[in-house]
Amino acid sequence: MDILPILSTLRRHKVTAFLVILEIALTCAIVCNAVFLISQRLERMQMFSGVAEHELIQIQAVSIGKQNDAAARAQEDLIRLRQIPGVTGAALVNQVPFTNSSWNTSVKLGPNQKQATLNATQYFGENLLQTFGTRLVAGRYFNADEYLDFEAVQRDQKLQAKVGVIVITQALGERLWPGQSALGKTIYLGETSVRVIGVVAGLIRPALFNGDASAQWSMAFPLRMNVSNANRYVLRAAPNDRDRVIAGAVAALRKADPHRVIIEKKTLDEIRSGFFQNDRAMAGLLVGVCIALLVVTALGIVGLGSFWVAQRRRQIGVRRALGATRRNILNYFQTENFLLATIGIALGMVLAYGINLFLMLHYELPRLPAVYFPIGAIVLWLIGQVAVLGPAMRAAAVPPVVATRSV
Amino acid sequence: MFSYYLDLALRSLRRNKALTALMVVAIALGIGASMTTLTVLHVLSGDPLPEKSSKLFYPQIDPQDMDGYKPQDDPPAQVTWLDGIALLHAKRGDHQALMTGGAVPVQPAQSSIEPFFEDARYTTADFFPMFDVPLLFGRPWTSADDDSHARVVLISRKLNDKLFQGHDSTGQTLRMEDAAFRIIGVLDGWRPSPHFYDLNSGNYSEDEGVFVPLTTARELKFGRSGSMDCWGKGSGGEDDLEAASCVWLQFWVELDSPAKAAAYKEYLLHYSQEQKTLGRFQRPPNVRLPDLMGWLDYNKVVPGDVRLQAWLAFGFLLVCLVNTVGLMLAKFLRRSSELGVRRALGASKRAVFAQLLVEAGTIGLAGGIGGLLLAFVGLWLVRMQPSDYASLARLDLPMLLATFLLAIGASLLAGLLPAWRACQVTPALQLKSN
Repeated sequence: MDILPILSTLRRHKVTAFLVILEIALTCAIVCNAVFLISQRLERMQMFSGVAEHELIQIQAVSIGKQNDAAARAQEDLIRLRQIPGVTGAALVNQVPFTNSSWNTSVKLGPNQKQATLNATQYFGENLLQTFGTRLVAGRYFNADEYLDFEAVQRDQKLQAKVGVIVITQALGERLWPGQSALGKTIYLGETSVRVIGVVAGLIRPALFNGDASAQWSMAFPLRMNVSNANRYVLRAAPNDRDRVIAGAVAALRKADPHRVIIEKKTLDEIRSGFFQNDRAMAGLLVGVCIALLVVTALGIVGLGSFWVAQRRRQIGVRRALGATRRNILNYFQTENFLLATIGIALGMVLAYGINLFLMLHYELPRLPAVYFPIGAIVLWLIGQVAVLGPAMRAAAVPPVVATRSV
Repeated sequence: MFSYYLDLALRSLRRNKALTALMVVAIALGIGASMTTLTVLHVLSGDPLPEKSSKLFYPQIDPQDMDGYKPQDDPPAQVTWLDGIALLHAKRGDHQALMTGGAVPVQPAQSSIEPFFEDARYTTADFFPMFDVPLLFGRPWTSADDDSHARVVLISRKLNDKLFQGHDSTGQTLRMEDAAFRIIGVLDGWRPSPHFYDLNSGNYSEDEGVFVPLTTARELKFGRSGSMDCWGKGSGGEDDLEAASCVWLQFWVELDSPAKAAAYKEYLLHYSQEQKTLGRFQRPPNVRLPDLMGWLDYNKVVPGDVRLQAWLAFGFLLVCLVNTVGLMLAKFLRRSSELGVRRALGASKRAVFAQLLVEAGTIGLAGGIGGLLLAFVGLWLVRMQPSDYASLARLDLPMLLATFLLAIGASLLAGLLPAWRACQVTPALQLKSN
């Protein structure tokens, strides 16, 4: 195929050709970045939680008025909950993954350290890790005799020193002591120090206010909650049993104390889905914009292609009369579009890189992976070819006799 | 002349329906997307109290110990009980209020309504006059009520509708957390957005249903919510928060003139100095006094996603415009011979240019109307979203006008280049060829 005649034609339509190139470039740049953003959001929605998500239920039940015997009442609630058929575990805890409400503290590696090393979240509750279904990778969980009442510890500063042990996540251990085992290491929290006795594969923070990089910085303490300082009951049951267990649990909690308000009863799957709802909405929106952009660009190419064909009817007729086949004419328009698309794509790549730099600066996005460039190029080439096919076929259908007619 | 051009434009547009539709749809899509995101941005970055925001200030002081001290750090975003009460009682501003959020169980008298939790605001008397809170019935409480821990409550219009079917409920009793409160007022619909006075409970969340004196709420140990930062021996135990070294309260002050604001900042500096001399504060005085809009900016209340969407929509509009410019250019150039005839018959370049711009403007107008309809659809879609700002996404009059200006401006801009190019035709050449 001869490219030179095409170039010389395009030189006569500089402005129009430039506009097509610009449109393709802009579309290419925006779509590359939008698809990248979509992939980021989808990846975020897959975030690892470390807990048995499909088996967990959270029920938030709050009693009204001052609570007497709060500790005994909590034990009674848990006994009733464990008796519900299908329940394999129950715990009263201070916080639950994906609920956006969390207790956090700063962590230090030495008693005299002035600047805290990092900020991590604190999970409290008897049997919390077993109920959540975290996976132990080193050490052990808490023994029954290691648990202390949270209320007593809060009231008596001296008791804080007796907490002594914690279980942390692998990610937190790796962050605090890179390349070493976290087992047996000591960390300092405010006035007290605790020793790591167990490491779990993962346990996500309830709220990611410090960014996703610190999502796994969690610690679990051997502290027992009661109905006056915690209201989140976590139940574990087989996925199919969960609806029935929720109904049974609400009834059991009401029976134990009719004077209480059930604020929320949800499976962890529902809670997780709510946590990522904005990411899902954003991804959906971006998909919509990408499709709209590609359609508008394709229609623009169709429109301009049709005009060019109409404008060059005589020229096409002359070429046909001089012996060009229909295929030659078809190829001419296809090649022309391919040339424009190629220039547009090349320009678009530079622009895409620029937009990515801007987004990296303002939205803490990573660099656009190189794989997006060839994919973006192929998509736009294809769209260009599909869009120009209609006008090109019409051009190919122009009969040679047109050359002999004057308008 | 204009009507003649309009007639010409309509004829020309009718001649090529598919292309006209394509241009109108492209502009409509671009405008619709931009206006949807711009409206959301406009609503979210709006001024919650336009008449008063420049007089409302959010004092920040730094009461922390030397642990983790960095000289360039900002002071905490909230105040301790001790400092809050001290600033409140100093009465250096025209109005001042100390507050925090929470949730209380409401126990309705009717057995037909089960007890439920209602978001609450625990605050002091000046809250209502300072923020110009509109009241449907009754009156706010007074600072005497604050001092005596009075069991009085103001409720929202929504709660009043739910419990009292919208009747004047002042004087009635409301049971909360097993304590009886006298209702002394009902708020008229009030939802400042952003929820500026306490950004911990969701930037655009709905407002509280009950308002109770802070002193009363603390006495009855009402459930508190929001964020709390502690240092040193601050344990964060809910019962002794008054003495704890924790910041957990918001303090707002109204200062009616810039001179007063300057004086207040001076006062904060003095206060910090004094506390440091007494040994309570350890860090060098570090005070800020942002006004309401400054405080919102500092906290970056507009979600990043919303800004990103606005950028995206403008990119989309740009593509749609380039598309339209290309199509118009092709269209106008195809009519070179017709334009050549007009020019040869005596029409000036200016007249031809005007004629083509009228055609471009017509497309813009149609695109604008289409874009407006699409923006309504888009905003409806936004309202279907689960975000807490979703229900706020509505088109107001300024945005409606802006939509039309944007549409016509954009398509005139898009028409400029094609029209200019088309008037450059040499009449003689066009008449001669073909």
